[in-house]
Amino acid sequence: MLIRKPDPISGSNIPSSEITPKDKWMNRRNFIAAAAATGAAALGVERVGEILAPSRAVHAETKLQTVKSPITTTGEELTSFQDITHYNNFYEFGENKSDPAQNAGVLPTRPWTVKISGLVKTPKTFDIDALLKLRPLEDRTYRFRCVEGWSMVVPWVGYSLSELIKQCDPLSSAKYVHFLSYYNGKVEKWAPFGYNWPYSEGLRMDEAMNPLTLLTMGLYGEELPKQDGAPVRIIVPWKYGFKSAKSIVEIKVVEKQPHTTWNDAASNEYGFYSNVNPNVDHPRWSQKTERVIGKPFYAQRRPTLMFNGYGDFVASLYNGMDLRKYY
Amino acid sequence: MNKATLIALKTLTWIACLYPLGVLIYGAVSDPVNGLGPDPTGRIEFSTGLAALHLLVISLAITPLRKLSPRLSFLIKFRRLLGLFAFFYASIHLIAYIGLYAGFDTNTILQDVAKRRFITVGVLAWLLLVPLALTSTTGAMKRLGGKRWNQLHKLVYVAVCLGILHYWWQVKAGVTTPLGITLAMAALFVARPVLDWWKAKKAARLRTA
Repeated sequence: MLIRKPDPISGSNIPSSEITPKDKWMNRRNFIAAAAATGAAALGVERVGEILAPSRAVHAETKLQTVKSPITTTGEELTSFQDITHYNNFYEFGENKSDPAQNAGVLPTRPWTVKISGLVKTPKTFDIDALLKLRPLEDRTYRFRCVEGWSMVVPWVGYSLSELIKQCDPLSSAKYVHFLSYYNGKVEKWAPFGYNWPYSEGLRMDEAMNPLTLLTMGLYGEELPKQDGAPVRIIVPWKYGFKSAKSIVEIKVVEKQPHTTWNDAASNEYGFYSNVNPNVDHPRWSQKTERVIGKPFYAQRRPTLMFNGYGDFVASLYNGMDLRKYY
Repeated sequence: MNKATLIALKTLTWIACLYPLGVLIYGAVSDPVNGLGPDPTGRIEFSTGLAALHLLVISLAITPLRKLSPRLSFLIKFRRLLGLFAFFYASIHLIAYIGLYAGFDTNTILQDVAKRRFITVGVLAWLLLVPLALTSTTGAMKRLGGKRWNQLHKLVYVAVCLGILHYWWQVKAGVTTPLGITLAMAALFVARPVLDWWKAKKAARLRTA
């Protein structure tokens, strides 16, 4: 259903000139759907309905009450809602970028709980509706840089993960935070073999408690679409995208560095830290530049920034560390 | 085969070979921002690389197919066209890398070729195709002589294998998308000796009969 809202990202301090009005990107979605239907009809392609409404079920489009954020990235052109929801890496729903938009509809996001356990004084389990009300939801725009060499600018909604972790009083022995994503092989039947499911990620305690690390429940002022990690995920904007685990069901506060899914799959390519760093190449490509999603092919390339441009907030976390060794 | 049929089939082959390029041009022109999808650079690079590999494998299937039946011998008239289109797509693939990935920066290119094995073998595969494209004319074939021309053009097997290796080394660990083309190429490698053996057996039976 198309609900026109006068101000989709109200409260954000992004200059209004840089926001694509919602009716415009919604219109483009209609236009694309109509064009796809025409093309499909001309080609005699089946499943026209699916092309017409590729992910209607996936977009819950529930508006969230949000407030201005003291920390949000300005001066960047936002990636369209269409691209943020149709160019996804979410291997549990298939390996192609377009698969999650097609398949993630089956993810059961209500009821949903997040269990916080491990080295905390008071282990707790939060219902998603309680999480949505725990703190005011902030509009926070961040650059998003994938290890594969592409990037987006995404208006997320959420609050700092530290707010949630503080609720459980972590013990002084706590050194790392371990995130586990939802996994049910019967639901996520596209999950390829050869990976360590459920998806597992981790941060050092000080990284997890950094105010930039966002407990994310929304996108473009609405509840998170399933293909983007509904109902709750983290966003760690100074690290490559795979560090930002989706559809989280459990957060364990631990003493030892947790194993992480991509590190298990190829440790020489995906380190535990995986800070965005133009000076440390991926074995298969340079990380000096990136391709901005949604730009024409001749204008996609741009330089990658150290810590994805968030060095002022996070560089001090890594003082004295050799970031080539701890990639 | 009569001339009209041959012309019709060649026209269809041209259309089929130009189709991947047509899709890219249509996408880029019809909607400059999103016509090629969210990541146009990746799309251009992937579809031209895949077209080159597919065309090479199809061109290599022609000889085994001809061995199946004398009625399929006309297929040889299509091999040069397919091979040259494969070279055409491999060249766009290389130019797209130079422009869209390396930003026409010589240092970046040299570093990539030296450091990244998937780029090293990719460039090597393209270099091997260059002499084949240059000697694809009937004149060059005559000047070289059939035997030497044939020996030179065996390089295409090396080029395809490097091309497929380039594909495997480019994808993430655990991703199996290059499997299809690898199996197709493996089948072609097996097909040659098997078909030769089958023909020899048939000839022997005819002699004893």
